[in-house]
Amino acid sequence: MIELKNISKSFNGRNILENVSSSFEKGHINLVIGGSGSGKTVMMKCMVGLVEIDKGEILYDEQLFSGLSRKERTPFRQQIGMVFQGGALFDSLTVEQNVMFPLNMFTRMPIEEKRERVNFCLQRVNLANSNKLTPSELSGGMKKRVAIARAIAPNPSFLFFDEPNSGLDPQTSIVIDNLIKEITEEFNITTIVNTHDMNSVLEIGDKILFLFKGKKWWEGSVDDILRTDNKEINEFIFASKLAKAIKKV
Amino acid sequence: MKEMMTKPEKFSIYWKQFVRELDNFGYGSMGIVALTSVFMGAVITIQTVYNLVNPLVPLEAVGIVARDSIILEFSPTMMSLVLAGKIGSSIASEIGTMRVTEQIDALEIMGINSSAYLVLPKVFAALAIFPFVVIISMFLGIFGGWAAGTAAGVISSSEYIMGIQDSFVPFNITFAMIKTITFAFIITTVSAYQGYHTEGGALEVGKSSTNAVVYSSILILIFDYVLTQLILT
Repeated sequence: MIELKNISKSFNGRNILENVSSSFEKGHINLVIGGSGSGKTVMMKCMVGLVEIDKGEILYDEQLFSGLSRKERTPFRQQIGMVFQGGALFDSLTVEQNVMFPLNMFTRMPIEEKRERVNFCLQRVNLANSNKLTPSELSGGMKKRVAIARAIAPNPSFLFFDEPNSGLDPQTSIVIDNLIKEITEEFNITTIVNTHDMNSVLEIGDKILFLFKGKKWWEGSVDDILRTDNKEINEFIFASKLAKAIKKV
Repeated sequence: MKEMMTKPEKFSIYWKQFVRELDNFGYGSMGIVALTSVFMGAVITIQTVYNLVNPLVPLEAVGIVARDSIILEFSPTMMSLVLAGKIGSSIASEIGTMRVTEQIDALEIMGINSSAYLVLPKVFAALAIFPFVVIISMFLGIFGGWAAGTAAGVISSSEYIMGIQDSFVPFNITFAMIKTITFAFIITTVSAYQGYHTEGGALEVGKSSTNAVVYSSILILIFDYVLTQLILT
C-alpha cells in the first residue's frame, strides 16, 4: 500500500501539486487521471523519488519513503517497477539484456536462472522468442510490453505506469490494459497508472483519482465516476459526444 | 562529481562497461587518429624544410623539429581536439538521448546511480586508453614526416632518422602524457555533464553535443597553455 499525506511540489514558485492526499491499495489498479498539466506525471515522479516533494509524506507499506537518502531508498527501489511513456528501453541492449538488466545489477542468480526468469517475463507479456531483437526492431506496443517485462522481472511490489497507452492503437491499448490487470491480480501488486485513456478508466480502474490544477479534485470507483455530478470530471471524462451518450445509457 | 564517485552497485557490470568504452575510445578512434597523425607529420616536415633557408643549419634539424613538435604539441593537443570532436560529441549525444528518452530515469528507479554507471567507466576508459592513442599518434606522425620528406625528395631518409634520434629529451614524453591525461579527463567529464543535463528533445541533444565539443576544445586550449607554462618554464 502507498500513502500520500498532504504532498506539495512547486517549480520556480509555481504550484504543481497542492496538499494531495490519497492511498493506493495492494492488488488494485489505481488510476490517476487529469488533463495535461494537472500534475499527474510530477506526482508519479514524486512517488518514485525522481522528484523530491516540498511538503508532506510518502509512505510505502507504512514506511516513510520521502526525505530518505539515495542509500536509504535502495531497499524500496528494488520493490518498485516503472513503465515509462516511451518504454525507456536501453537502446544498446537486446530485449533479453534489457529484461535481465535489473537481475544482473541486483541479484546473484546463476545465468540459467536469470534466463529462465527473463523467458518467463517475456512469455507473460506475449513476447516469447523475441530475446535477440533490439529496441529499434520493436513496434510501440512491443516496446511497452518489453518495458513491462523488465519492470516485473525483479518481482516488484509496486508498479507504476506513465501513460501506458499513449501512441498505441485501440486494440494494442486493450492488450496492454489487460496485461496490467492480469499482472496486478496475479502478483498482488500495488499498481498506479497515469492515463488519459477513458477506455482504461472504464475497463481496469479499481480506484480513480482525478487531479485538477494540482489538487485532488475527486476520488472514487468506476461506478462512482459514472454517477458523479462533479462538473470538472464530467467535462474531462465525457468530453466527446460518444462518451456523453455512454453516460446517458 | 561527488555523486559520480561512489561505490559501484556491481563491480562486474562497471568493468564490462569500462572494457566496452576502451574499445570504443581506442579501437574506434584509430582510423581518424592514424589519418590525422600521418598527414600532420607530413605537413610539419615539408613546411620545416621549406622554412629552413639557412644553409648553415643541417637538414637533420628537420627531424628534430618534426619530432619535438609532434611529441610536445601536435600529438597530445591536436589529437585531443580531434578526439573531443569524435568522442566528446558521441558521449554527450549518447547520454543526452538517454536523458530525453527517460532511460536515465529508468536507471534511477531501479536504484542505480546513473551518473556513476554512465560516466565513471567512460572517464576511466579515457584516462587509460588516451595515452596509448597519443603514443601511436606520435609514431605515426614521425613516420608520416619521414614518408612525405623522402617521397618529396626534400630530405634523405638518413638525415631524417639522424634528426629524430638527436638530442632526445625523455621528459617530453612525460609532459605529453600529463597533458593527454588532463585532456582525457576534460573531454569525458565536460561531455558527460552536457549530456546528463540535457532537457527537451532531439534539438537539445544536438545542442548538448555541440556544446560538449566547443567547451572541451576551449578547456583543452586553456589547459594546454597553463600546463606548458607550469611545467616547461
